[in-house]
Amino acid sequence: MLAHSVKRVVGAVPTLFILITLAFFMMRLAPGGPFDAEKALAPEVQANLDRIYHLDEPLPAQYARYLGNVVRGDLGPSFQYQDWTVNELIARGLPVSLRLGVTALVLALLLGVTAGTLAALRQNAATDHAVMTAAMTGISIPNFVMAPLLILVFAVWLGWLPAGGWSGGALRNMLLPVVVLTLPLVAYIARLTRGSMIEVLRSDYIRTARAKGLPERTVVLRHALRPALLPVVSFLGPAIAALLSGSLVVEQIFGLPGIGRYFVQGALNRDYTLVMGVVIFYGSLVIVMNVIVDLVYAWLDPKVRY
Amino acid sequence: MRRLHPAVVLLLCAFAAVAGCGERERADGPPASVLHRGNAFEPETLDPHRVRSVETFNIIRDLYEGLIAEQPGGELGPGVAETWTVSEDGLTWRFRLRDNARWSNGDAVTAEDFAWSLRRAVHPDTGSYYAQMLSVIEDISVPEPGVLVLHLSGPTPYLPGLLAQPIAYPVHRATVETHGERFTRPGLNVSNGAYRIVEWEAHSHVRVERNLYYWNDERTRIHAVVFHPIEAESTELARYRAGDLHMTRTIPVQQYEWLQRNLSDELHVTPYLSTYFYGFNLTKPPFQGNLPLRKALSLAIDREVLAEQVVGSGEVPAYAWVTPGIDNYETQRPEWADWPRDQRLAEARRLYAEAGYSARNPLRVELRYNTAESHRRIAVAIASMWREQLGVEATLHNEEWQVFLNSRQSQQLEVYRSGWVGDYNDANTFAEAMMSTHGLNDMGWKNEEYDQLVVAAGRERDPAARRELLEQAERLLLSEYPVMPIYYYVSKALVKPTVGGYVPNVMNVHPSRHLYLRD
Repeated sequence: MLAHSVKRVVGAVPTLFILITLAFFMMRLAPGGPFDAEKALAPEVQANLDRIYHLDEPLPAQYARYLGNVVRGDLGPSFQYQDWTVNELIARGLPVSLRLGVTALVLALLLGVTAGTLAALRQNAATDHAVMTAAMTGISIPNFVMAPLLILVFAVWLGWLPAGGWSGGALRNMLLPVVVLTLPLVAYIARLTRGSMIEVLRSDYIRTARAKGLPERTVVLRHALRPALLPVVSFLGPAIAALLSGSLVVEQIFGLPGIGRYFVQGALNRDYTLVMGVVIFYGSLVIVMNVIVDLVYAWLDPKVRY
Repeated sequence: MRRLHPAVVLLLCAFAAVAGCGERERADGPPASVLHRGNAFEPETLDPHRVRSVETFNIIRDLYEGLIAEQPGGELGPGVAETWTVSEDGLTWRFRLRDNARWSNGDAVTAEDFAWSLRRAVHPDTGSYYAQMLSVIEDISVPEPGVLVLHLSGPTPYLPGLLAQPIAYPVHRATVETHGERFTRPGLNVSNGAYRIVEWEAHSHVRVERNLYYWNDERTRIHAVVFHPIEAESTELARYRAGDLHMTRTIPVQQYEWLQRNLSDELHVTPYLSTYFYGFNLTKPPFQGNLPLRKALSLAIDREVLAEQVVGSGEVPAYAWVTPGIDNYETQRPEWADWPRDQRLAEARRLYAEAGYSARNPLRVELRYNTAESHRRIAVAIASMWREQLGVEATLHNEEWQVFLNSRQSQQLEVYRSGWVGDYNDANTFAEAMMSTHGLNDMGWKNEEYDQLVVAAGRERDPAARRELLEQAERLLLSEYPVMPIYYYVSKALVKPTVGGYVPNVMNVHPSRHLYLRD
């Protein structure tokens, strides 16, 4: 299993390389540059800036220089946020995005699996309908609608929670963003769990378990849940991608200092290095998470062996 | 046996680890002497010589002080310079620095600091955006301690306005030399303004606290200021209404009427040193060499409707280039600005026909703007006014900002949206922007007489004669129609009633040292 994981991670290097190359040239192909402004710069100032940031070199040379730096772990200076390096910006944004993302993911799994299981056990009863209706609502409302709505109710009208900001990650600042990130995921996971749970509960070995007189609790938690979670685990890959893209919106609306914000602003500002840094970081994250998902899958499903 | 599923245990542990490790919550609500300001964007840098955006100027203005500084109403007055004299020919300015000016580490602020900083500001390696603003300074000398002498290439009556800009602020030489580009960081930075930087969390906030060494510290009433970068205007408003902010940078325009009805006491709408206009590309047909057409299009739009109904948040219709309210200047108006609408339209139709267009041969033109709802609304309104009054067939095309700038600067378009914010309170900042060599002049308008008038105004020592030259230049500009002014911007902000000392002004500058919080 370890050998397999190592192989998978090593196998990701060419993927990352292609990602970096594509991102590098696509960024450069976009019209405009990082130092454009409404009032065009004096040519000598533009020349100086280009020289300072090596933008005066031919593109292949810039690409080679960039790759060399990336291999050494140096993502370069940010073009837009001139006082920071990209490494510093990512290091500062990471804890914020990570806490938001992991909290949302864990909450979504706990709530989603619980709700889905309950719905499956009481199929077509009131609980089931309630959970599924809530789930549909959660899936249907986009986060850019949900977020301002929650802000209006809980921050502006009721005044219970702040309307935005991070305050070092205080719980009251995290609450609304986490809810916005979590809700659609809970909904998906609940639906997935319910579906597969219903299927598993109808299978022969569950009937056997019940026949030998095991309490219902044991039947569900020990025998049914594990196989029922397989689709949920497969969904974790897309879920993490959804969290990343969701965090772009949520960080923007709540004004949180996470990485998602750099991505949008960076692309708009033609901050080449910052966008590249975030792409590399997100790319690596998705690759690593997929490997982890595979491992969890193997642990849950005895049929899968590496 | 009752046992939790291992996956659940794992999840719970991860959750506890992640959710539980937050810093302790802050005390509820900010203490009275901490001012929270909405400030639009994450600062691009806190180096006064490299800063570009007016929003970041707000932070820089709290951290540093130039020879000249903004007074409570935005007018200019002594900063680090206590007094100054100007030579007879207007070319030599002699500043005497106050001897109690201190850096935030206690060092004295010296004339050498200013000399070194001004040289740094224009040095190619600094890569300053505004270096050109100081090009009028030919030589800098320090004849005796505490005295700075600037020799200029021409009389520059608006020099105080330039010296109040961040590009002319001093930086602490030893800190810059020791820490390089990192000198702006909290813990390293040394500044000479009323505040010093204590926290900078990228995309979260910048916190500054009182500089106890500041020469006028006893007059500073607010202990700390927190600048929040909040790009989305609706988010800024929500945070203001939730009590997180004392002041906003702007308002969401769609909420203007609601704010007028509900928060009129806190809403400040003030004329601002800025013009919204459309430029004609003069390097290509149909506008190249076609003055009647440009004039017809300019006459055909209804600026009152555009400013008051389409934009509709206090903006002022613009018939001219220079914004009103500038010191020692009278904004020029074309003759037709006072005509009734019907007469204007008749003249517009006559000119349109003279330019060679008619109902059977209408002008087909593309109108380009950078992607934003507000710009789209104006473009739609202008296109429909042109269609209705002249029969022009205009198509709209929007582009993302950097793409748009690229199209403009390579003159790959026909009519385009633009805007200009004056750098200082003098007509020169507007006059200069229309010179053939200026970076804003993407129209490709070249008029030697105009350039000469502006240059002559720069050399003129007599204020009245200088004013006449600049006004003459504006009249010439307006008669040539390279641009079509649409409205003058206003600055819009919400300020809590608890904030005292807030004086709306045309430069929209509100240094925190002049503000206070009522109990």
